[in-house]
Amino acid sequence: MSEFPAYFTIWHKIGIYALRFTAAAVLFFLILPILVIIPLSFNSQPYFTFTEGMLSFEASAYSLRWYHAILENPNWILAIKNSFIIGFFATIVATVLGTIAAVGLASPDMPMKRVITALLLSPMIVPLIIIAAGMFFFYTRFNLVGTFPGLVIAHAALGVPFVIVTVTATLSGFDRSLYNAGLSLGAGPLRTFMDVVLPLIRPGVISGGLFAFVTSFDEVVLVLFLAGPDQRTIPRQMFSGLREQINPTILAVATLLVIVSVCMLVTLELLRRRSERLRGVA
Amino acid sequence: MADIALAAPPAATRLTREEAGFARRELTRRRLVAFGLVAPLLIFIGFAFFAPITTMLHRSVYNPTVVELIPDTLTVLEAWSGEGTPAPEILTSMAVDLKRLANERTSGKLAEELNRGLPGTSSLVKSTARKLRRAEDAALATDGATLLLDANPKWAEPELWQTVRKVGRTYTDTYFLTALDLERDAAGSIGARQSARIYVQLYTKTLRIALVITVLTLLLGYPLSYCLANAPARTANILMVFVLLPFWTSLLVRTTSWIALLQTNGVVNSVLMSIGITSEPLEMMFTEFATIVAMTHILLPFMVLPLYSVMRGIDPSYMRAALSLGSSPIPAFIRVYFPMTLPGLSAGALLVFIISVGYYITPALVGGTDGQMISNIIAFHMQQSNNWELAAALGSLLLLLIIGLYWVYDRLVGADNIKLG
Repeated sequence: MSEFPAYFTIWHKIGIYALRFTAAAVLFFLILPILVIIPLSFNSQPYFTFTEGMLSFEASAYSLRWYHAILENPNWILAIKNSFIIGFFATIVATVLGTIAAVGLASPDMPMKRVITALLLSPMIVPLIIIAAGMFFFYTRFNLVGTFPGLVIAHAALGVPFVIVTVTATLSGFDRSLYNAGLSLGAGPLRTFMDVVLPLIRPGVISGGLFAFVTSFDEVVLVLFLAGPDQRTIPRQMFSGLREQINPTILAVATLLVIVSVCMLVTLELLRRRSERLRGVA
Repeated sequence: MADIALAAPPAATRLTREEAGFARRELTRRRLVAFGLVAPLLIFIGFAFFAPITTMLHRSVYNPTVVELIPDTLTVLEAWSGEGTPAPEILTSMAVDLKRLANERTSGKLAEELNRGLPGTSSLVKSTARKLRRAEDAALATDGATLLLDANPKWAEPELWQTVRKVGRTYTDTYFLTALDLERDAAGSIGARQSARIYVQLYTKTLRIALVITVLTLLLGYPLSYCLANAPARTANILMVFVLLPFWTSLLVRTTSWIALLQTNGVVNSVLMSIGITSEPLEMMFTEFATIVAMTHILLPFMVLPLYSVMRGIDPSYMRAALSLGSSPIPAFIRVYFPMTLPGLSAGALLVFIISVGYYITPALVGGTDGQMISNIIAFHMQQSNNWELAAALGSLLLLLIIGLYWVYDRLVGADNIKLG
């Protein structure tokens, strides 16, 4: 027990072990529900639970039939395509507008900075159901309900706060004298931004874009209210699947989505390290 | 700029009037440039987000349906005192309007609107419209009042006409009153509604569920964050994956897993039965319990991340000093460590509370009937009962609540201090 200082009593040590045990239990609670669906998705039976055969590791109890089911169902294929199309365009809109705005917000001369920041971040806080109802009322007037542009605009609005937050965080470590140096060397503001500022804040921009993409990719409430049958996305398809006819195809899709989020996580970690290196922190 | 103002330069270095003007113009120009960069996004968010929210707020008090359906009747009805049967020309006008609606096949809409004001009116309107559809225009114009009363003598009742007048207002507080379980009686004074008082109860329940979830995430998140913050950096980084992976995993995936875990033949029940804790499967799905467990799991990272980042910054020597000076661990924790974690704690707790108050998807999928929250009833009025005005009023009240909480959050934590990952 040499890791504890001499003044620790026995109760203190027991307390620390109890704390570690609690923490381990909480981590288990966090990760278990995600891990449990992966083996279930290889179930050869149409159940949402482990069969006898699965527990005794019989090869016949496992199969890829639910993964085949995804590929054979045109609804899923359409949903996957739609999710990527809507996510892509929403990300572009949110990232471009959000990055430009974050540069403006980071300027020390920005008027009413606090109020405007709070306004731009508010789509993150307002409950989705309120946004969905409001958008349904308002977008109907412009015939945007049941169209791709309508969903792209809606999802871009949701993604903007994430871009603002991440880009602002990166800009806070940005040395403004580099920008001034660019100007004094004769480059215009736009050129300086593109050649000097953007490469340095790129990790923040990309991770903001990733957040915006995930927000759109995962969003279902607005889709429920604004999308027609042609615009159904993966989460929308999962939502109706869970409500109407539960079958393990959903678990197979869920497993694929877990893999997507692992990739996102790794990408973000790499970006964070790169950003720290660029800023000279690490 | 502030430094220059504070330093109060000696007279010799003060700017001339010309230079001061130049500095002022330069400052204005920079402000305009900064604002110009933010402006496109402001316009976009204004259109895509704030205009819809405003429309919803407007919709909660604006009810043009009845005015559009029977404009003429409502105009002549203004002359009515509010007591006794209205004058024959008012009845005639209603008869003419009903015939037109019957032919346009929109009498059902009027029936629905009136029925909301006075239950039982729906069949009266529909049957009268059916009877008047075949009436001659000339006969209607001269003798509409009689035809209307012949179709149904209930048209003589003043209560019905008070309802017509009430639902015929373009701007109304009816939906807000309904959303607060209040109603206006015939005399116009506001009191508790006699029938089905459900919404205040539902708001209370939503707040209670949100509070329970906040407390649970705090109880689970605090020890975890403490251990992570005090672990060696390498271990902490690896263990953080357990927090970040759920955070990054699709909400629907996590809800799906809880369905697989909690359903009657699900994983949890199989485990409980195989180790003999229970012989019958427990009914956990479609209950408030399921809503709370699944949402606690989904929102836990929002508590852990701010707590962890604050705890990481706390110097462990404070606790060591307290302990080596003879304090027991618990008082040392309460008086030294805990107060330093309050910024992270308030950020996490408010964030979790704000998000859970407006939650929709998880309660809709795992909550059954008793795990429903306010968002679910809003969705119900939007999609099933088609009472959009009531949905808007309920949404406006929810929005008010959220803005209040956001304001507190901004005060305590600062909206621009939101950190991700």
